[in-house]
Amino acid sequence: MKLYEYEARNIFTRFGIPVPRFKTVSTPEGAREAAEEIAGRVVIKAQVLVAGRGKAGGVKLADNPDEAYGYAKQMLGSEIKGEKVNKIIVSRAVDIDRELYLSIIIDRSIGAPVILASPEGGVDIEELARTKPEKILRIVVDPIIGIRDYQARQAARFLELSEPALKKAQEIIINLYRVFDYYNCELAEINPLALTPEGGLEAIDAKVILDDNALYKYPEFSSELVRDLTYYEAEAKKMNFSYVELDGNIGILCNGAGLTMATMDSVYVLGGRPANFLDIGGGARADLVERAVSLLLQHPKTEVVFINILGGITRCDEVANGIVRALEKTGAMKKIVVRLKGTNEEEGRRILEENRMYVLEEMDEAARKAVELGGRR
Amino acid sequence: MTVLIDSDTRVVVQGITGREGSFHTRAMLNYGTKILAGVTPGKGGTVVEGVPVYDNVMEAVRKHQELNTSIIFVPSRFAADAVYEAIDAGLDLIVVITEGIPVHETMRFVRYARLSGVTIIGPNCPGVISPEVSKVGIMPGHVFSKGRVGIVSRSGTLTYEIAYAMTKAGIGQSTSIGIGGDPVPGTSFIDALEMFREDEETVAVILIGEIGGDMEERAARYIIEQDYEKPVVAYIAGRTAPPGKRMGHAGAIISMGVGDATSKIKALKEAGVEVAELPSQIPELLKKVLKKAGR
Repeated sequence: MKLYEYEARNIFTRFGIPVPRFKTVSTPEGAREAAEEIAGRVVIKAQVLVAGRGKAGGVKLADNPDEAYGYAKQMLGSEIKGEKVNKIIVSRAVDIDRELYLSIIIDRSIGAPVILASPEGGVDIEELARTKPEKILRIVVDPIIGIRDYQARQAARFLELSEPALKKAQEIIINLYRVFDYYNCELAEINPLALTPEGGLEAIDAKVILDDNALYKYPEFSSELVRDLTYYEAEAKKMNFSYVELDGNIGILCNGAGLTMATMDSVYVLGGRPANFLDIGGGARADLVERAVSLLLQHPKTEVVFINILGGITRCDEVANGIVRALEKTGAMKKIVVRLKGTNEEEGRRILEENRMYVLEEMDEAARKAVELGGRR
Repeated sequence: MTVLIDSDTRVVVQGITGREGSFHTRAMLNYGTKILAGVTPGKGGTVVEGVPVYDNVMEAVRKHQELNTSIIFVPSRFAADAVYEAIDAGLDLIVVITEGIPVHETMRFVRYARLSGVTIIGPNCPGVISPEVSKVGIMPGHVFSKGRVGIVSRSGTLTYEIAYAMTKAGIGQSTSIGIGGDPVPGTSFIDALEMFREDEETVAVILIGEIGGDMEERAARYIIEQDYEKPVVAYIAGRTAPPGKRMGHAGAIISMGVGDATSKIKALKEAGVEVAELPSQIPELLKKVLKKAGR
């Protein structure tokens, strides 16, 4: 789960990473008050999770409280790249000598945290990795031992700083690792880390992504399961299914992530357009299958529903009963293609055929049928 | 010969009294797997499916000294602890079925296992099967058949789909390893390719990858650098997956510009690997590469 900037800033503050003074508000009046309190120039920043808000008008510099009020009024309630702005932060504007980059990520292939540091921050790190890879230092941290002082020193030195900033950078790196470790982060990033003319360092932006599997440890975030999700994704999540929206017209429902991906890919390779990815996992009973199928039947863009089940712990008769009930309850007139294979296949087939539905045996022929019904792209 | 598991494999089931643990204990016993003990803290002294249950792994190992393998069904919040217990009890192979373990915990126990010389399969995986020999996992045994092709895969049901297609085409498997769908697996594609390389019985390998990370690209580099002798056929799931979205598995996500299917397919093709467009094409491609290799 990605945190909003203000949440990440609050965490940084608690862990001793310097952040410019700021207030989180949700009304223009609140923005004016905050600007008065902070005094001087402030930055108004829309609190959204999408990337690239700066270019989309989500970051503005205000010279006085009235300007802060004006920008806040513009931003609050507006949409930035399709995401509604409910909160903004009003943050003291910082004089910047140079922008630096710091982050801790998980390197999947070595299975360890990695510190990334660069003296050239403020740009997209992927972009920097392409154009100037020599400007990025990578330090692998042992996940059992954690960060060592020498590693923090080495990373700080790479930022091309002199004292007293050098010493401060070292502390920031250690504290950033503490955030990463304590919150089970997939990513903890400061970009940019500003070097001020006085030799101070301040985190101008804060990005933290938490591991969804560890959310239960943080009640302040785990109550909010549906952040960043569309209606269908949220509904599926409530049933413990994973759902991802695509832009075609053939709804895909399978058991198992790999099979679901392979099914949507097959539809595509055979000329069709998958509408979604819906993985009901292993062992789903009829009532859950019913809710999953209903979800796809409701979807306005879905014209054909393609159900591909390879039963192991999932029983084909349970799936068949779920499909029949979903059709009865929703009364939907959409086309359905079903492929059933595996545990209790004959029983599942009988249930569907009694309800005048066709069942196919092979994945390819079922995918072809779905494409034929949904139309080629 | 097979890899990882064979007729000497003796299994302890951690989390044996749970719903999944007991269900799959029965399925594994029916398949012929030699399960000597189960462990659930606080349930020592009971019996599940004829298997004696102990309070901890050390005790099970003391009573059954032939134990060398553990399969873990313990819920995600307690799974890491179960892994440490199995490592410290001196087992050689630990298969972690549990889904949803925080990746920070996985990083630590995978590292600890490596330092201890223990092999971990998973987490979030279907396990390992050597058809007609042993099954330490949750896969439906009947879709697999004994033969000479190794499978290594990041996914469960997709592996069953492909094994089913192979079996129908008369191509059997030596061992099928499900390394799991998490971002940090205990055993990687390269590890599995190395195991199959050493195994005389295995004449070809099927690699079933998916979006997320760069394990497939690394496997491709390994195949080139090591001049890998055995033909490899691959399938990569997720070519229609949008970036930034997690596709069911915790590890199936294209992030920070890394992990899309196109890059993986390209890397594998450059390493001389045949990449199937549809899972059903795998048997045909296998026959082609085996013929070319004169097997």
